[in-house]
Amino acid sequence: MIKALGYFIELIKGSIITTRHFVVNMYFHILKLFRIKTKRKGAVTIQYPEERVKIATRHRSLHRLMKREDGKPRCVACMLCATVCPSECIYIEATEDPDPQIQKYPSTFIIDLTRCCFCGFCVEACPEDAIRMDTDEVEIAEYSREALIYDLDKLIR
Amino acid sequence: MIDILIVLIKVVFAMMWFLVLALYLTWAERKESAVMQDRIGANRANIWKFRIIGLFQPFADAIKMFFKEDFTPVFSRRFIHNLSPFLSFFFVLVTVAVVPFGDSLRLGGREIKLQVLDINVGLLFILAMLSMSIYGVILSGWASNSRWTLLGGLRGAAQLVSYEVALGLSLIGLIMVFPSLTLSNLVHYQGQLLFEWLPKWGILLQPLGFIIFLFAAVAESERVPFDLPEGESEIIGFFTEYSGLKWGLYMFTDFMKVLIVACLLTTLFFGGWQVPWLYPDGFQFPWGGQWLLPHGVVVAFQVLSFNLKVFFFCWFQILVRWTYPRFRYDQLMDLGWKLLIPLSLFNIVATAILMSL
Repeated sequence: MIKALGYFIELIKGSIITTRHFVVNMYFHILKLFRIKTKRKGAVTIQYPEERVKIATRHRSLHRLMKREDGKPRCVACMLCATVCPSECIYIEATEDPDPQIQKYPSTFIIDLTRCCFCGFCVEACPEDAIRMDTDEVEIAEYSREALIYDLDKLIR
Repeated sequence: MIDILIVLIKVVFAMMWFLVLALYLTWAERKESAVMQDRIGANRANIWKFRIIGLFQPFADAIKMFFKEDFTPVFSRRFIHNLSPFLSFFFVLVTVAVVPFGDSLRLGGREIKLQVLDINVGLLFILAMLSMSIYGVILSGWASNSRWTLLGGLRGAAQLVSYEVALGLSLIGLIMVFPSLTLSNLVHYQGQLLFEWLPKWGILLQPLGFIIFLFAAVAESERVPFDLPEGESEIIGFFTEYSGLKWGLYMFTDFMKVLIVACLLTTLFFGGWQVPWLYPDGFQFPWGGQWLLPHGVVVAFQVLSFNLKVFFFCWFQILVRWTYPRFRYDQLMDLGWKLLIPLSLFNIVATAILMSL
């Protein structure tokens, strides 16, 4: 009986917490309804597709390959990213470059995004700063798997 | 002829009131839980880009429910499987017939009671019909012919039967104080004054009875602190084998039960359509003031007061549903048999002693 009374007090305490949340949030919702601007809002929700938060600067999003000044890829096909990739989703074919300063460039550079786990190791490994993950694109969804296999044309930007 | 027409209009009005409010209770539940949890809640359903804080959501849900596949498992007992959702829906729906929405309305020399059916066993009728809706639970569990639904149905039946006892016993004290089972009479009694100024509502005369009734009624409506028969988040229970519109009927019945429990709490413990100090000719305040009102305004006040109280209790039940975690099964049975029933028996004895003094 005493135990039950203790439960009863806790029940009332709990309901006071939820009621307080309800009343406070409702107050701010009603203020908003009358177009009164307040610093605090009634809900923490972000209405996603219309309203977006800025992604943190250290985020990792869709990859891109950097360009030299003349528009060719900065990549020298050293295969470090393909070696370090834990998901083995990078495939590179190297070709000789006429410029003796560069020596090699990738004729194909394929990232299979269906396998990529966005760990960012390729960015860490690259000695030429040729691959980056800073495009701010996080909504990478397609209707087919083939569309997610990105080659040089899609990656260079 | 015109009498039949009046009855028909009353039936249609009461049913519309009940069904539309139950429909919008789904919306209210989603919105209220969202506000309690610092969210916004359903606000995307729109017609030509008009959203109006998601008020179209119930209709979108209903349309979705209509077009879902209505799957009946081959191993089920087909006829009873199809019958049982309608059974539980029907028995909850008929309870609205005896709910008094207001006092009588004088219209063209006629006295129209704002109540579909004023039978002299109104309270028993509601309790009996709520008990009958257990058949929907048991039959659906049994007719699905799957052991999980059978266990769910039995669990539901055990819970409902045990709380039925506390529900009935908690009201006996109230019936002793207001010696009537007719709901309109019960409301009339609550219009009297206590100590010349306090409205004589049921909660002031039967506070313990109110608490027991509240617990038992929330358990009766099978919502979250007591949702062991359903357990919609994981165990599902007696309507596992239902889909589409029939499953929708079960969910809808739940919301109708919430509404009818709110109606009962209002009518029995919070003075039904009574507004404090409002008499058929207007307000007469205990401190001597007077505010005379025409008949139509008085009736409007009464209906409004009833509706506001019902909304409050719907709000309260949603609050309870989104605050408390679920009971364990043995705790549930302990609460029912070891706490609520002894307390309600004590309430009866205490009421009897106080009345005989």
